[in-house]
Amino acid sequence: MDQAVFVFDILLPALMQGLVVTLQLIACSAPFGLALGIAVAVGRQYGNPVVSWLCKTFVFLIKGTPLLLLLFILYFGLPAVGITFTAFVASVVGFILCNGAYNAEYIRGALISIKEGQMVAAQALGMTRWQAIRSVILPQALRRAIPGLSNEFIYLIKYSSLAYMITVIELSGAGKLVATKYFTYTESFAAVGIVYLVLVTITTVAVNILESRVAVPGTTRAATAAQL
Amino acid sequence: MDVLPILIEWFPYLLSGVASTLGLVLIGLGLGLLLGLPMALGQVYSSRPVRWVIGVYVWFFRGLPILVLLFLFWFGIFPGLGLGNLSAFVVGAVVLGLRGAAYQSQIFRGAIQSVGEGQMIAARSLGMSRLTAIRSVILPQAMRIALPGWSNEYPNILTDSAVCYAIGVVELLTITSRMVTQTHITMPVYLATAGIFIILNYGGLKVLHRLERRIAIPGFGTGAM
Amino acid sequence: MNNNDIVLRVEDIHKSFGGNEVLRGVSFDVRRGETKVFIGPSGTGKSTLLRCINQLTPPDRGRVWLDGEEVTNSGARINYFRQKIGMVFQNFFLFDHLTALRNVELALLKVRGMGKAEAREKALTELRQVGMEDWADHYPAELSGGQAQRVSIARALAMDPDVILFDEPTSALDPELTREVLEVMKKLAREGMTMLVVTHEMGFACSVANEVLFMENGVVAEQGSPDLLLHDPRFTRMKDFIGRIDSRMED
Repeated sequence: MDQAVFVFDILLPALMQGLVVTLQLIACSAPFGLALGIAVAVGRQYGNPVVSWLCKTFVFLIKGTPLLLLLFILYFGLPAVGITFTAFVASVVGFILCNGAYNAEYIRGALISIKEGQMVAAQALGMTRWQAIRSVILPQALRRAIPGLSNEFIYLIKYSSLAYMITVIELSGAGKLVATKYFTYTESFAAVGIVYLVLVTITTVAVNILESRVAVPGTTRAATAAQL
Repeated sequence: MDVLPILIEWFPYLLSGVASTLGLVLIGLGLGLLLGLPMALGQVYSSRPVRWVIGVYVWFFRGLPILVLLFLFWFGIFPGLGLGNLSAFVVGAVVLGLRGAAYQSQIFRGAIQSVGEGQMIAARSLGMSRLTAIRSVILPQAMRIALPGWSNEYPNILTDSAVCYAIGVVELLTITSRMVTQTHITMPVYLATAGIFIILNYGGLKVLHRLERRIAIPGFGTGAM
Repeated sequence: MNNNDIVLRVEDIHKSFGGNEVLRGVSFDVRRGETKVFIGPSGTGKSTLLRCINQLTPPDRGRVWLDGEEVTNSGARINYFRQKIGMVFQNFFLFDHLTALRNVELALLKVRGMGKAEAREKALTELRQVGMEDWADHYPAELSGGQAQRVSIARALAMDPDVILFDEPTSALDPELTREVLEVMKKLAREGMTMLVVTHEMGFACSVANEVLFMENGVVAEQGSPDLLLHDPRFTRMKDFIGRIDSRMED
C-alpha cells in the first residue's frame, strides 16, 4: 500500500478518533482530580484527627500502588464485589484518584508554606477558619502549587494511555490497532508519539504563560544559571 | 472460598514476579544514572549543539507515555534494528533506563547548577583544571544535593515497571493477572499485590532515606558558600 | 624585564562589562616581599583587577608577568600559574563538603600531586600558621566567618605561592571577626609574603602596606607610601575619600 494513502486514509483518522477519547478522558478527570486534591490537602492539614488520618492514608495507598494495578482493580476486581464500571468510567475514576492524590501532596506543601500569620490575621478580622481557608489561604496556596499541579496534569495526559490496557480505545490504543492490523509498527507508534509530544509541549507552554499571568508581583524566584 | 492455600501455592510465582520487578527497577535506575549523569554534565558544561541534542532527547523521553515508548521500542525500533530476539524483560529494562536517564539528567542538572558559583572559582584559583574541579569539588556536592530528588525516581520507576506488563514482561503485575485468571479469585489477589507494591515502594524509600542520612554533612545544603 | 626583584608585573589592563569600562589601563610592578593595598570607591574595578591577574576574568587588553613569564595568553599553562598566585575571597568559598584539613589538602593532592602523608603534614602546618589546627576536622558550616577565612588563607598558603591576592578578605565579616583575619595577614606580611590586598580597612592599609594605590574611575589615581598619600598636600583624592567614608582607625 502506498505510504501516503496509509497515513492519510487509515492512520490519521484512526488516531484522531483515539485522540478524541483521550481528550474526553482528560477533560473528565482533571477537574475532579483537582477538586479531590484540594479536598484531601485541606482535610489533611485542617481537618480533625480522623479526617486528617484518612486523607493521609488515602494518599499513602494511592501513591504506593501502580496506576495500572489500580485500573485493574477498578475494572476487573470491583465487579466481583458487585460494582461494575464501564471501561471509560473505570479509567476516569482511576485517574481522578491518582491525580487527586498527587495533587494533594503539592497543595499540602503549598499550604504549609503559607505563613501562620495569614490565618491569624484573617481570624482577627472575624472570619471563621473555613472562611479564612477559602478566601485567604487557598488562593495563595493554589498559586504556589501551580508548578506542581501542572506537572501532574502533564502526567495525566501521559498516563491516560493506560486506559487502553482496560480496553478503552484512546490514542495509543488506536495506534496499536492500526499497527497490528497493517504491520506498520514503527510508523504508527511514531505518529502516536508525535501527537503526545505536541499535546505535552502545548500544555507546557500554556502553563508557563499561566504562571507568569497569575503570579503575585514580587514573588517570582529569579533563576540564576551558574556557568563558568 | 479458601483463599489462603491458593495464595501459598502461588507464592513462589509471586516471588519470582517481585524479583523481576526489582530487576527492572534496579537496571532502570542504574542505566538511568549511567546515562543521566553525563547528560547533565553535558548540559551544564558543554557546547550549544551538545546541549541541544540532549535537550531533544530529554523532551522526547519525557514527553511520551511509558506505554507508547514500550510499544514503540518493542514492536518497532528493536525489531527494526535487527534486535528482534531480545526478551521483553531486556527491552523493558532498557526503555525504563533510557526514560530514567531523561528524568535523572534534569535532577542532576539542577543539583550541579545549585552548587554555589564560588566553589568553581575557588577550585580554579588553586590551579585545578575544569575537569578536576568538576570531579573533586562540584560533583561530590551536587550528588548530595540531588539525592532527595533522585530518591523520588524510585517510586516512579516502580510504577512504570508494572506497565511493562503490556509487552509481556513477566513481572509482578503479569503474575497477578495470570493468577486472577486461573484461580478466579479477584479482589483478594489484587489487594495482596497492591500490598506488595506498597511494601516495595515504602521499603525502598526507607532504604534511600537511610542512605541520605548516612552521607549527610553537618550544615551542608543550607546555602553555605 | 627580568629584574629578579620584581615578582609581578601588570601592564595596561583594560576590562569592560557590557558597555561599562571598569578598568581603563592599570599598570604597576610588585617587588618580592612587598605588600600593596588597593583602596577606593566600590565598583572601581579593584576586585576585577585581581581576577584579571590570575585570569579568572580575562582582561580585554593588557598583560601580566609572573617572575618574568607571561601569564596572559598562556592557554592551558594558566593552571600552573594559578598554583603560584594564591587568592583569598571575600566570601571564602571554602569547599563545603570537606573538612578544614581536606580543604587545604585537596589542591596539594590533585594539583601538585603530593602523596597523602606529605599533603597532610603540609596542610596541618599551614593550619597551624593561621591558628586553626584544632579545627582541622570541622566542616565549613561549623566555623565562624573569621575561622573560615583563616582556613581559606591556609588553603592558599599551602600552594607556596609567589604572591597572594586578597579580595576584600574582611568585608563579609563582623568587626570582631575582622581582627583575627587582619592579624594573620599582618603576620604574613611581616614574614615577607608578597601580597596584593583590596580592602576598606584603612588601619591595615596604613600600618602594613608598603604602597597604597588609590583607584578611581578605573585607573590608579594616586599611588605612594601610606604616609605620603595621607600627609603630602599634593595628594588629596585619597584623603577626601577617607574623610567621606568616615572610617575607624583600627590600630
